[in-house]
Amino acid sequence: MAEMLDLTVVQAHEAIAAGELSAAEYAKAWARAAADDELNAYLWRPEDGDAGAIAVEQPRIAPVAVKDIFCTEGVPTTAGSRILEGYRPPYSATAVRKLLEAGAPILGKLNMDEFAMGSSNENSAFGPVLNPWDRGRVPGGSSGGSAAAVAGGLAPWAIGTDTGGSIRQPASLCGIVGLKPTYGAISRYGMIAFASSLDQCGPLTRDVADAALMLGILQGADPCDSTSVGLPEAPRLPDRENLEGLSFAVPTDLTRHIFDSGVRAKFDATLELIESLGGTVGEVALPHAEHGISAYYVIAPAEASSNLARYDGVRYGMRAETSGDVIEMYEATRAAGFGPEVKRRIMLGTYALSSGYYDAYYGQAQKVRTKIAGDFAAAFADFDFVVTPTSPSVAFGLGEKTSDPLAMYLNDFFTVPMSLAGIPAISIPAGLAEPAGGGPQLPVGFQIAAPAFGEQKLLDAAFALEQAIGFDAKPSGATYTAIDGKGRTGSEEGNGDG
Amino acid sequence: MAELEAVIGLEIHVQLATRTKMFCGCELSFGDEPNVHTCPVCLAHPGVLPVANEQAIRYALLIAAALECEVAPRSIFHRKNYFYPDSPKAYQISQYDIPIAGAGKLGDVRIHRAHLEEDAAKMIHVGESGRIHGSGASLVDFNRGGTPLVEIVTEPDLRGAAEAASWARLLRETVRQLGVSDVNMEEGSLRVDANVSVRPAGSEELGTKTELKNMNSFRFLERGIEAELARQRELVESGGTVVQETLHFHPEDGTLHPLRSKEEAHDYRYFPEPDLVPIAPTEEMLREAREALPELPAQRSARYQEMGLAEDVAVLLAADPETAGYFEKATGTVQGVEPRVVANWVTGELAAALRQDGGEVTAVESKVEPAALAALIGLVQEKKISHGSGKTVLAALVAEGGDPAAIVEREGLAQMSADSGELEAIVATAIESNPEAAEQIRAGNQKAIGAIVGTVMRETKGRADGGEVNRLIREQLGI
Amino acid sequence: MAKLARLGLTEDEVERMAGELSGILEHVDRIAELDLEDVPPTSHVVELENVLRKDEPHESLDRDVALAQAPDPARGAFRVPSPQAEA
Repeated sequence: MAEMLDLTVVQAHEAIAAGELSAAEYAKAWARAAADDELNAYLWRPEDGDAGAIAVEQPRIAPVAVKDIFCTEGVPTTAGSRILEGYRPPYSATAVRKLLEAGAPILGKLNMDEFAMGSSNENSAFGPVLNPWDRGRVPGGSSGGSAAAVAGGLAPWAIGTDTGGSIRQPASLCGIVGLKPTYGAISRYGMIAFASSLDQCGPLTRDVADAALMLGILQGADPCDSTSVGLPEAPRLPDRENLEGLSFAVPTDLTRHIFDSGVRAKFDATLELIESLGGTVGEVALPHAEHGISAYYVIAPAEASSNLARYDGVRYGMRAETSGDVIEMYEATRAAGFGPEVKRRIMLGTYALSSGYYDAYYGQAQKVRTKIAGDFAAAFADFDFVVTPTSPSVAFGLGEKTSDPLAMYLNDFFTVPMSLAGIPAISIPAGLAEPAGGGPQLPVGFQIAAPAFGEQKLLDAAFALEQAIGFDAKPSGATYTAIDGKGRTGSEEGNGDG
Repeated sequence: MAELEAVIGLEIHVQLATRTKMFCGCELSFGDEPNVHTCPVCLAHPGVLPVANEQAIRYALLIAAALECEVAPRSIFHRKNYFYPDSPKAYQISQYDIPIAGAGKLGDVRIHRAHLEEDAAKMIHVGESGRIHGSGASLVDFNRGGTPLVEIVTEPDLRGAAEAASWARLLRETVRQLGVSDVNMEEGSLRVDANVSVRPAGSEELGTKTELKNMNSFRFLERGIEAELARQRELVESGGTVVQETLHFHPEDGTLHPLRSKEEAHDYRYFPEPDLVPIAPTEEMLREAREALPELPAQRSARYQEMGLAEDVAVLLAADPETAGYFEKATGTVQGVEPRVVANWVTGELAAALRQDGGEVTAVESKVEPAALAALIGLVQEKKISHGSGKTVLAALVAEGGDPAAIVEREGLAQMSADSGELEAIVATAIESNPEAAEQIRAGNQKAIGAIVGTVMRETKGRADGGEVNRLIREQLGI
Repeated sequence: MAKLARLGLTEDEVERMAGELSGILEHVDRIAELDLEDVPPTSHVVELENVLRKDEPHESLDRDVALAQAPDPARGAFRVPSPQAEA
């Protein structure tokens, strides 16, 4: 059974197709692994209650774990918030429907930062998720549960959402692959909205090939989502062997803000590796990208303040008992139901949209956004890709940044510009580095961004680089082994190096 | 103090008669059980998204064409954020600074803009008195929530309550003929609010305006505006200043009361709706809208006035396409009769005769064929029968239909011919039998002629032409 | 601001949040210094227009399902405390 769980999803599907592996057995094995959740990654699994409308009687492909931000019909969906405790949607998200139609059983709903607001999964109403590499540290967020589950052997693959980095950053902190597709590639219908013009669904997987496979299942225009266009072509599994003829730009406006020596070292090493594979590395200016955090922390909270206004206790979810009028009911419900980070962002967003401040904040931020998109377009005129570290640091300790919201926001420094521009970006593990305060080594992510709808090229390049990096380390106590070209197998205690 | 003039603008909400809601596929409902036409989208469940109704866009373009509005090449939706139980998303999807339609006009009133938005849900208050009250509960029915609306805003071109009600009727008729809405004020598919202010006559500046709501008939609209104008005039004339506020019309007694503000002034925090993409009406869509326009009341009325009809008659006829069609048919079949005369008969004598008959039937539905009416008018005009006899024939046509000439013959109503000498003889006899009157007339009292005319008319059973009788009497009396 | 957002914050929360928000706003204010006068704001990331739906009905939810999640269903409707007295 352990070998079964060692397979990547692509490998498992090949075995299923060849009749060597039963999809039902494979699903059962994963359900058992998921039950052994010491990371607080899962908020709900089918054991906790009937899978009902989302049950898959005849599995055909690998089972998948789903961030609790996706509506799953008849099954609890909380978005990590107390205000939706007990809520069972009357419908399923399009992304979930596509997985079910492909024959993927749902392993469970994954923990997350409340309403996707956070970079550490410490904002969940249901407790933080632990990083499988070091349980005293965060897995990143907001798709912390998704990343921890895949890295910690609790799911073969997962879907999450990325608004400012919420797939890529946890993937980086957990040593796995995370892809944020082009805005509009995958339908947002049924994805509980945080920031509508930024939210995107995407895969968290063990390797780039699995991410391509998942993208193929999920992508497509959806009549229920007016902003969805799908991809120009269905993605195929990547197969590039080197990086000949491809050019990679380093945006010095962003990378001069790398302060962690471990992150710096791994980033530089990856650039050298790119060159050894035949790619060219150059520098590019993204003059407005530095302002990405500022623009993002105006636009996202503004849209969120509007998207979260519907949580009022009238039609579903939590309602506080009050004796006064309806306004008192709204205020009491939202005071009790939302956590502090959500309240902070609602306040920020309300302010940014309010009369007299709109032009200076929201209006101005939307202009910065235009500029950032323009900067990327100019960069892509000369280069195939833009590359940065995914996160400014490796996984930090639980509680380390919770008292300073701004410090927490800066975790998104490298990922936010791509979100604002709507372009696709992937994070792959570049290796391990020692954290600033010392201790066992932790994963470092490398981010590659491509022009809008350039997913195929992006996946091909990421694949080639991933193979060359050969990252095969795994968190201590993990039940899987990375099968790499060098033939290394077997469990190890402690974090392997890579 | 200078005389104060009224300055009135109207804000009209038209509920569109599409099959489904503005942003989801739930059917529109008409008095159904509560909450039977809902879905996750119009209930604003987590994760849902709006998708715009194509027919609603087309209907909006039709309205824009009818109101001669500039159509925006690219318009977007905005979110209007406010909390209220009838607003499930806590924002209404509307249009803000780039609406689908801009400046236009209807009749003498300029249109400022028209835009698309969604209707709120319905709240039924089950508090103590059944009215909105603090310590009670409300029940929310989301059937209506999401119904497509077009909001039309006029420039403040109206100068009086009657004028405003009359123009509102013209707007209603115009929209009704487009087939895009039931526009029924009592049912709520047409809602009209008024913005009212006063200013010194001749001034260009606008005074502070108040907003009047809850007038759900044209009569109430007129009364409400009248009441508010009176209030503002009195206030200003006694040295006070008008405060900007919203006033609620109370149909029970025709008074207006300020709505106690629920909280601080609304800050709707408008921002572009990220879940919907812009609307860019294509050439084809615009052409289809123009070609789909029927002849609308304002144009028809203008055309009738050119044909010689008086304005009020033209407007009356133009407002109802069926009666207008009847009138045009009648005009087409008769030679030598002015359209003006036909129009007066249709709106005057015929309308009266139909009312006499019970008032249940319209001209088109009646037994009076347009050609028959036209023939009757011809008979009267040629003085073959008197006007009075004409009305008798008309009553017969209303009752049984048929041909006026035949009825005249049957009833013996033919006007006494002035040539036949018969009339002269009767006049002579009448003068003889009214010697005092004859004396008075000769003495200069013109009014006394009435007695002799009366005698002649009785003798001829009304078949003589009054003017001819008069002439003969004078001739025979030598004056 | 809390009133506008219908967040019933306690006085302590208001104080603490005011501090946190000013810190964030100071950072965010940097964009106010940029000269972006002639730059068009991005209101939509995808270059789409006229994404419309045919005016054909879909199946609405069964009322029971629609009310199943309601905290206080009554008489086939969603019951809430009334708004405050008006006119």
